[in-house]
Amino acid sequence: MAMCIVVIAKENYPLYIRSTPTEYTLKFYYMVHTSLDVVDEISAMGKALVYQRELYLGLFYPTEDYKVYGYMTSSKVKFVMVVDSSNTALIFQKLHNSYTDVMCNPFYNPGDRIQSRAFDNTVTLMMIQVC
Amino acid sequence: MEASAGGGCGAGPPLLLSDGEQQCYSELFARCAGTVSGGPGSGPPEAARVAPGTTTTAAAGPVADLFRASQLPSETLHQITELCGAKRAGYFGPTQFYVALKLIAAAQSGLPVRTESIKCELPLPRFVMSKSDGERRIGNPAELLGTKVQIPYLTTEKNSFKRMDDEDKQQETQSPTMSPLASPPSSPPHYQRVSLSHGYSKLRSSTEQMHPAPYEARQPLGQSEGPSSGGPGSKPLRRQASLIRSFSVERELQDNSSNYLDEPWRITEEQREYYVNQFRSLQPDPSSFISGSVAKNFFTKSKLSIPELSYIWELSDADCDGALTLPEFCAAFHLIVARKNGYPLPEGLPPTLQPEYLQAAFPKPKWECALFDSYSESMSANQQPRDLNRMEKTSVKDMADFPAPTQDVTGDDKQATAKDCTSLKARPRSRSYSSTSIEEAMKRGEDPPTPPPRPQKTHSRAASLDLNKVFQPSVPAVNSGLLPPPPALPPRPYPSQSEPVSEGDLHPQLNRAPSQAAESSPAKKDAPHAQPPSKPIRRKFRPENQSTENQEPSTGGTASAATVKPHPTVHKQSSKQKKAIQTAIRKNKEANAVLARLNSELQQQLKEVHQERIALENQLEQLRPVTVL
Repeated sequence: MAMCIVVIAKENYPLYIRSTPTEYTLKFYYMVHTSLDVVDEISAMGKALVYQRELYLGLFYPTEDYKVYGYMTSSKVKFVMVVDSSNTALIFQKLHNSYTDVMCNPFYNPGDRIQSRAFDNTVTLMMIQVC
Repeated sequence: MEASAGGGCGAGPPLLLSDGEQQCYSELFARCAGTVSGGPGSGPPEAARVAPGTTTTAAAGPVADLFRASQLPSETLHQITELCGAKRAGYFGPTQFYVALKLIAAAQSGLPVRTESIKCELPLPRFVMSKSDGERRIGNPAELLGTKVQIPYLTTEKNSFKRMDDEDKQQETQSPTMSPLASPPSSPPHYQRVSLSHGYSKLRSSTEQMHPAPYEARQPLGQSEGPSSGGPGSKPLRRQASLIRSFSVERELQDNSSNYLDEPWRITEEQREYYVNQFRSLQPDPSSFISGSVAKNFFTKSKLSIPELSYIWELSDADCDGALTLPEFCAAFHLIVARKNGYPLPEGLPPTLQPEYLQAAFPKPKWECALFDSYSESMSANQQPRDLNRMEKTSVKDMADFPAPTQDVTGDDKQATAKDCTSLKARPRSRSYSSTSIEEAMKRGEDPPTPPPRPQKTHSRAASLDLNKVFQPSVPAVNSGLLPPPPALPPRPYPSQSEPVSEGDLHPQLNRAPSQAAESSPAKKDAPHAQPPSKPIRRKFRPENQSTENQEPSTGGTASAATVKPHPTVHKQSSKQKKAIQTAIRKNKEANAVLARLNSELQQQLKEVHQERIALENQLEQLRPVTVL
């Protein structure tokens, strides 16, 4: 299940943050923030931008068993997700679809925080379903 | 269920569930969980996956709707959710659900939302909105029986149900598995009713979930919450509501109730007319789209806040393509109107605002169909270029959506480019000079069905073809309805005129020519302001037509070709000259347009450079005293 999902804009500021309320919330945010460096590392390696980009950070803390996954769209919008399952490809696809639906809304200015309820619902489902 | 619910409680407060309460709560829970799974694949598939888990969970959607039905402020609901559900990682298991219901009762009775409050005696949670389970349940048997006897029974049932819930909540606090400690006097009828409703609910377990939409209507009559409850939040409910219509028993009830309840969301005929007219003002072709940017500008005039408009768009753009078709536009407009009148926005698109419903309920007005039909009958061949044009237009429209910010600025430019294209591509694109936006220009161009006969008509006429080409840009708006521009025919009628065209050929064409001249003249007269220079040309042209007409009948009278020849030759020379003049005029106009566009662009750049210069000079002045010192 996804513990924390963050959508990050091209300029590396968050567009949307959602996490399961536990006491590790702040840790999640910190990890997501540090994972941005890894994202930059990978994109700077010069590989062609593959559609699905997964960066696997592995076991961060010995006590916790979750992984941080990243996904970058072609417009350099990043989805970072802290999960403890491995069904991430599908989740990222759905997130991406939901994100494009948000984009289609002419009242949404790219760079704004995402306040779409449909997107919220999708993320909620992500967080709930694999729970 | 009792033991399991109590056992599965874990960290939550101990819940005492009596038999009756078990039934009710399990029904509620099953409803919330079942609505998701029962929805015929309409909800997101993840939602369906939620229900059949080993730990049955209620999907957030129906649960949230139920909680909102309790008429508590959202903060309170948040607190309740946290208190009951936070202990479980964010899903509503049975225990959390029951705890939440108890907390709702506590909040409604004015107690603070704490775990301690649910240990007290509490009145029943009141779910005023039709989505409430109790009322739904009450409504179901009543409506199923449909007799007057049920109506008074309904009120007593409500009361008994509420009391029953109350006692259930009390019992919850005591211990997990104890039988009801306090049995209110109404408990016998309560059990009766519960069994009755339970029996009914079992009978119609499949349909129960589908009833929320229509039966909701019964309960909150005239309440201001009506509109928001009338718009069932989730798609499964909508689909289920449509499924219900197949049930003949409930059909009338449902229609009446849905009519009543959905009135705020039902579009009346006058409203529909108004919306359609507004749509046409933005986009003449009712079967095409309004792009996102156009719609945004339009809806922004309604002075609603951007988040609200964004939400309305989300609701109404069902296919999420960034453009609004006519039914989507009507739905959006209607939501805006409702919002301005104070109605809260629904959670989901109400069934009466669904695009399919709107399309079915309000077929396109006849006149436009007739207009199209008349053209289509006369010329089927044009449909292919027309379709191609439309496809081009839609692709252009999609592309045009992107340069939205520059749209207004470069509107003239695009018109000019559109004009440039006329000589190359289909004519429709060139007609929209009067419009301000690119998309509108493209779309208007696509509207009128371009009738091939027109080119055929003008085919033989010497100057008419060129003049028509020239006139095309000048009468865009008028042409849309009256005179569809003939498609570009690069081959000028030189070869046709040079040939001794058969009389038979000329006759029908000339017969059509006067009709076209008649049509074109009113069209052109309608836009005299647009192109004054074209008038004299037209007048020159008309006598020529008349002369040709005069000539043709006279030649038609004589069978010999000798008399025919001199006339066409004279005709040819003057027509050639005219054609040359007109070609030159057209080219000059195109060049003018290009230069005008360049001019405007350069002006824009000049302004920007000026501003930069001013800014730099200011900076320099600020720095200067410092450096001097």
